[in-house]
Amino acid sequence: MARLLQRVGDDEGSDWMVDREEWNWDTGKKLVCDLRALQDRFDEVHEWAVSADGERIAAPVLTAPDVFRVWVNDSLWEGEYEKAWHLVFGPDGRLTALVRVEDEWTVGIDGELWDERWEFAWNPTFNRNGSVIAVQIKDNMEYTVAVNGRPWEQRFHSSRGLVVSDDGSHVAALVQVEPLAEADTVGFMEGTWSVAVDGMPWERKFINVYGPAITADGTHVAAEVRLDICDYTLAEDGVLWDNTFGCVWEPTYRNGRRAIIAPVRTGGSWTIAENGSPIWDSRFMQLWNQRVSADSEHIAAVAAPGFGLWTVVVDDRPWRSSFNDLVLPPVFSADGRRVAAGIRHDGEWGIAVDGETWAESYDMVWDPVFTPSGDRVAAKVERDGRFAIAVDGKVWSPWYEALWEPVFSPDGTRLLIRAVENGTYFRQVVPFDSTFQG
Amino acid sequence: MADLQDIQVIDPGVDESIKKLTPERIERTINRVLTEESAARLQIYLDTCVHCGLCAEACQSYISRDGDPDYAPVAKVKDTLWEMVKRKGKVDGEFLHNAARIAFIDCGACRRCSAYCPFGIDISYLIMTVRRILNLLGVVPQYLQDTTNSHAVTMNQMWVQQDDWIDTLMWQEEDAQAELAGTRIPLDKEGAEIMYSIIGPEPKILAQLIANMAIIFKVAGADWTMPSTDGWDNSNMAMYSGDFETMGRVERLHWERAMQLKVKRVVMGECGHAYRGAVYDGPRWLGWTKPPIPMVHAVEYYYELLKSGRIKIARKIEEPVTVQDPCNIVRGRGLHHKLRYVINEICEDFHDMEPRYEHNYCCQAGGGLINCGPPWKLSRMKSNRIKADQIRETGAHTVITPCHNCHSGIEDIIGHYKLGCHVSFISELLVKTIEMPNAGEEA
Ligand code: SF4
Ligand code: SF4
Ligand code: SF4
Repeated sequence: MARLLQRVGDDEGSDWMVDREEWNWDTGKKLVCDLRALQDRFDEVHEWAVSADGERIAAPVLTAPDVFRVWVNDSLWEGEYEKAWHLVFGPDGRLTALVRVEDEWTVGIDGELWDERWEFAWNPTFNRNGSVIAVQIKDNMEYTVAVNGRPWEQRFHSSRGLVVSDDGSHVAALVQVEPLAEADTVGFMEGTWSVAVDGMPWERKFINVYGPAITADGTHVAAEVRLDICDYTLAEDGVLWDNTFGCVWEPTYRNGRRAIIAPVRTGGSWTIAENGSPIWDSRFMQLWNQRVSADSEHIAAVAAPGFGLWTVVVDDRPWRSSFNDLVLPPVFSADGRRVAAGIRHDGEWGIAVDGETWAESYDMVWDPVFTPSGDRVAAKVERDGRFAIAVDGKVWSPWYEALWEPVFSPDGTRLLIRAVENGTYFRQVVPFDSTFQG
Repeated sequence: MADLQDIQVIDPGVDESIKKLTPERIERTINRVLTEESAARLQIYLDTCVHCGLCAEACQSYISRDGDPDYAPVAKVKDTLWEMVKRKGKVDGEFLHNAARIAFIDCGACRRCSAYCPFGIDISYLIMTVRRILNLLGVVPQYLQDTTNSHAVTMNQMWVQQDDWIDTLMWQEEDAQAELAGTRIPLDKEGAEIMYSIIGPEPKILAQLIANMAIIFKVAGADWTMPSTDGWDNSNMAMYSGDFETMGRVERLHWERAMQLKVKRVVMGECGHAYRGAVYDGPRWLGWTKPPIPMVHAVEYYYELLKSGRIKIARKIEEPVTVQDPCNIVRGRGLHHKLRYVINEICEDFHDMEPRYEHNYCCQAGGGLINCGPPWKLSRMKSNRIKADQIRETGAHTVITPCHNCHSGIEDIIGHYKLGCHVSFISELLVKTIEMPNAGEEA
């Protein structure tokens, strides 16, 4: 669930690529753990987390009333905690948890706790290889950010919207830099919020700031800013775009080009602006969740060309098909040629690829995953409370009790399945052929 | 003639803001909204009205104030929007002071009057247009603006910080476990059937309602979750203050959170205006014709659980009860029969109000009214004598209010008119009356 805690609009990218080469890609099934035995052994077993390579499964467990421990692959972290939750395997495979000890919170990593603890700590956010972990913290009623266990010196009245650069060199957060008395609506309009980078807030204050984005090398930070009641724009490193808009959504960096793009509402309709000016001719009733291809050349976004019609727009061209319930954020193939997205139409969930909708529909779909070559698409799907992997429009794998999202081997010839069947969690590498052979 | 005490109320959000306005800004803002934001629909309504006054008898403020014509729905439009159109935006500060009182305090946007107008003119929409104009001018009652500011910063209505939210859910889970062993509040459980969303005041001042719902879910064996971060609040006072950009931002996040959690539906707590925001006004402003994922109001959900036998009543409440039909789920959604099914399952002695169902009078707290705060409380009370009469006539000891604003508004009315009864949410009655599984037994 790490993704959930990132801000809306984050590129979920290919973090797992980091060490995927080193995983065991030999075909075969490995039974990792009998989960039913676990339920008998502990008072309570909470939400599961599974490592990207499928080798490990973890959960917070209660070994006695109010005694939380972290269980991973049949062993327990040494510590006993008053609470343990939000288990996440970081991109480097280390298991992290938020834990409470003596009424204070900190981060546990593979069983070791950070030295410092605070009144509260939440929203662990990772850099690309997982070596840097930042959390928001509250300490003595003040808010700030801790990076790899060390808090920023600066303290704020409030804080949210944490981002870490891919290389881990810089961390930014939205921060409230001025106090605000109860119901002080005048003070509010004078601006109490800013963006702090490595603890240092921008000089300028804003009514609101939203959706920060940071470049891969951390040298620039952009955010949506609100200047007046209905006057919004984007700011980078504290400097505003020349134009303002009736509304904007969160920015994205086009790293290759040193450019910021964001959806903006101008003259009552939405388009994409780059560095302050619209770059698309098309206008939409709604436009959001833009994603940029790995080479920064292509932009895809979710759009409503009309009331109740949703589609994907790629480089200013909407797909011909549209959907009446929703379209989930688009996913690019690695080479940026193809785009896929989860959709909901007439109450049924499905997958659309380059504007073509799969014939099969499901009770739920997860984000489509392209093969490394971009030729084929797989997705986790649900029907009648069971889960399978569908490929290019058809259910491909058996149905399982529980399933995590599919991962391709770097050469695309094999697929990793992480699933639960008959109460047992397993990892299985199968050849990625036209039919399932497991 | 409008009530003198009301006219004299000083609200810094209104009066201090007016002082800063220039005639040019007033004119420009009014004309922009009239031409760019609501032109067609507005003009049709204004052209259609024949000033027959049939809508007057529909409005609780008109009736409660002994038929003072200034409180008739048509007068509320005539004294605000109509004049703005007629004078092409050339109105002054005194006009705006009165317009703010009328639009934010005298009309709860309850839509009762539309049902009485032979042409179905949507007075509430016209009043909301006035609010939109006033919002763009910065003329909004201070307390209402403060809740909107809270939405804009925290995405919830009560300035609840992210850590306080998580902490509250954790201690509510502990409280619920003290009542029923094994009860959980599962956070961020991707793929759960239900995302449960609530309104900002619950974690802030009515946290036990969260524990109540956890117990109900546990007894029903539901597969549910709550988000541990922003997007958990389904309420939307920005919708009522006229800040539609903030309204849209809040609604977008609420629905995107549900999408990220991969839930099949969202069940929401007992609130009326939140239903309107999340199901109608919010989605429409964003481009959806309906919520992207089905949304189920608590009343519908309780109905589903009771009707299917997933929860059973062990012992009924004996004292006499009545119910406030919340406008936004009854006039807005037609849940009145399901509501009565639920109440009759839980209570022995139910007495209906007259009129009822979609004809019920609004509590005069919704539409953002109660959020306008203490300066306006007396006015709200004067505008709802009829509700006090209605409640008194039922002889009920408990007024069931499946809506947060109705709950607080009716509590005020009970106090002001010394009715000697009290208010209750359905969940509070359910946890007292449902059959609990034996301790330790899995539901
Ligand atoms: S309060 Fe209700 S009945 Fe009265 S004018 Fe407003 S919408 Fe109409
Ligand atoms: S009932 Fe309709 S037509 Fe008659 S005055 Fe009221 S709004 Fe106008
Ligand atoms: S608070 Fe209740 S009665 Fe009043 S407008 Fe809202 S839903 Fe209607």
